[in-house]
Amino acid sequence: MPPRIKMPERAPDIRNKDFKQVNTGYTAEESVAEAKRCLQCPNSSCVKGCPVEINIPGFIKKLAEGNAPAAIEILKEKNNLPAVCGRVCPQETQCEKHCILAKKGESIAIGNLERYAADFKLQSLPHCSGEAAKAEKNSQFSTLNSKLPLKVAVVGSGPAGLACAGDLAKLGYDVTVFESLHDTGGVLRYGIPEFRLPKKVLDSEIDYLKNLGVRFVLNTLIGRTKTVKRLFDEGYKAVFVGVGAGLPIFLGVEGENLNHVYSANEFLVRVNLMRAYEFPKYDTPVYKGKNVVVVGGGNTAMDSARTALRLGAQSVKLVYRRSENEMPARLEERIHAKEEGVEFITLTNPVKFIAGQNRCVAGAECVKMELGEPDASGRRRPKKIENSNFIIESDMVVLALGLNPNPVLASLTDGLNTDKDGYIEIDENFMTSLNGVFAGGDIAGGDTVIQAMGMGKKSAKNIHEYLQRFL
Amino acid sequence: MFKIVSREVVGPNLISLRIYAPQIAESARAGQFVIFRIDEFGERVPLTIAGADAQTGLVRIIFQTIGKTTFKLALLNAGDCIRDFAGPFGTPTEIKKYGVVAAVAGGVGAAEVLPVINALKQSENKVIAITGARCKDLLILEEEIKAASDEFLVSTNDGSCGVRGIVTDVLKNVFNSQKIDMVYAIGPVPMMQAVADITKEKNIKTLVSLNPIMVDGTGMCGSCRVTVGGKTKFVCVDGPEFDGHLINWNELISRLALFKDAEKTALEEFKKSGQHHPECKCRQE
Repeated sequence: MPPRIKMPERAPDIRNKDFKQVNTGYTAEESVAEAKRCLQCPNSSCVKGCPVEINIPGFIKKLAEGNAPAAIEILKEKNNLPAVCGRVCPQETQCEKHCILAKKGESIAIGNLERYAADFKLQSLPHCSGEAAKAEKNSQFSTLNSKLPLKVAVVGSGPAGLACAGDLAKLGYDVTVFESLHDTGGVLRYGIPEFRLPKKVLDSEIDYLKNLGVRFVLNTLIGRTKTVKRLFDEGYKAVFVGVGAGLPIFLGVEGENLNHVYSANEFLVRVNLMRAYEFPKYDTPVYKGKNVVVVGGGNTAMDSARTALRLGAQSVKLVYRRSENEMPARLEERIHAKEEGVEFITLTNPVKFIAGQNRCVAGAECVKMELGEPDASGRRRPKKIENSNFIIESDMVVLALGLNPNPVLASLTDGLNTDKDGYIEIDENFMTSLNGVFAGGDIAGGDTVIQAMGMGKKSAKNIHEYLQRFL
Repeated sequence: MFKIVSREVVGPNLISLRIYAPQIAESARAGQFVIFRIDEFGERVPLTIAGADAQTGLVRIIFQTIGKTTFKLALLNAGDCIRDFAGPFGTPTEIKKYGVVAAVAGGVGAAEVLPVINALKQSENKVIAITGARCKDLLILEEEIKAASDEFLVSTNDGSCGVRGIVTDVLKNVFNSQKIDMVYAIGPVPMMQAVADITKEKNIKTLVSLNPIMVDGTGMCGSCRVTVGGKTKFVCVDGPEFDGHLINWNELISRLALFKDAEKTALEEFKKSGQHHPECKCRQE
């Protein structure tokens, strides 16, 4: 078996100075060579690892034959956002983990191939995805379309909402997505940096949904601008809530509100959504730290650290309370971050932020940690080592500690039950405590892009079943 | 796109716009705010709603030209559009029958206090409105506030109108003459802090409306966090109004200065760009 073909990437000391894509994508020859490694197992276990059940051997077979257009058709049967998923899914813990070749050594690079097929379509034929969507809609769904004039509201245009909206539109429903921000995509736009997921790629994927007939209404915070009840009054027969877990967690330690201590959400929203890296062409500013400390070990922490480097930081230290083995960030992201110059300081936790001039942060006082017994998540619980305090000098701190569910919609919707942590409760059919209101994605406990998309798709299926009563 | 339906100059560097946004006009309650963005390069800026009319679908905002964004907004006329206008955000003012309420406003706060006065009146409160400015010419909306409230008192630093001094001087006089059940304050931070300091001594419930730096305005970024009673709160969703006696004012003031240099750069670049030429309207006014 030939070795797995590596994703081509730009050199670390060049890419860490700009926001252009790190991974440049397979060439046509590379895609064929990698696809030919696939054994085309009759009982393909990779599909079981995919939350949206893509026909993986099917699309890879087409790529092996050099037929990228056919490959993308197969991908789009199950996945409305393949160019996104090919870039940001943790394939190594999903499809690729189940690949039979993984046991023998190197699994098929399913993610890289998915990306190749999706990009081929987007690049080679401008507006093709849009026209393909129209054609698809006209051929397969026109009959359904006329039978299903029912209106469905999707709240939130992140991965869960987009997946749900796409599937409902394909079924012929009249779908409107409400977004509180001024642009679509949710975390895909404000959270994931340009160097991992270019906005142009995201825009193309969303154009595909628009061409399926999905309407997007921006600047609308459901709960405040209009209520869920109001949506039903306006004739929507079902509502899908995919508002994400947007509320940043803080440590609760002294000095946390000093100037230039940011949540990762704020830092990334300024840079990604508001394009502060192009200030003053764009009006939103961002502080460009010289010695940056990022706290956390997830993908968001990696994104923050690598963004700080690209804004010109002299040093970026990533502080994490467990060891690197327990980090939730993908291996690829960790390797990329280290190659680009991010220094990992593990088994370390901040206990206090030190004030310098004008109440600006001047340093992080940290303690060393050691690992004890496994906790509920199965990871070994970190314990503080007494009298191990030391100070890391820093003029900017970014806290990437995870997110709590955003309480706005739930607290303003009578009868919508949440659990003790604030997540919206759903039953096995993804329905909430309110009849006709479904939920998925981060707000209902799914915490990766692809999990959110999986929940969005399953919700769409259940919404379709629920809506049969109105036909 | 959101259309500017009317534009008035209400004072020096003070502009009032009415923007067609029927959904916001219908849902807005006293004390809430909107976030606007002028164009695709714009920043998201929060402004307290100065009035909303569900019948006409118009939302009124009043702002002072301070930085690049407000200068740019001041250049727009009736008939022009802005790209984004979202809201109403934040928790509405807690309106109930308090008894006698002193509503204190400084600067642009005079515009933003109007919906609160109207709501308080509807709940059968007696409202004493107090507004302050440096001089007579900087006072705004006197007629509207006078008409909405039971008593209307004014302070100017130079004594050109009303009491010579600041709003807290007027407030102290009011305390000497009658029992006040609640104080509401909106305006520059030092003014709200001064009001809260004197009401604390007298143990009078005091609500203040904060306007810190925000980005999304929906609870997502934490830029607007403020310490209230020792706890971190997000002004955009937990506020914008809080118990004035529990605010960590020094922290709020320092956080407001976070991007001072960047704001200066942006304004200078904007003025150099020629959009803000010497003959432009916002300067003449």
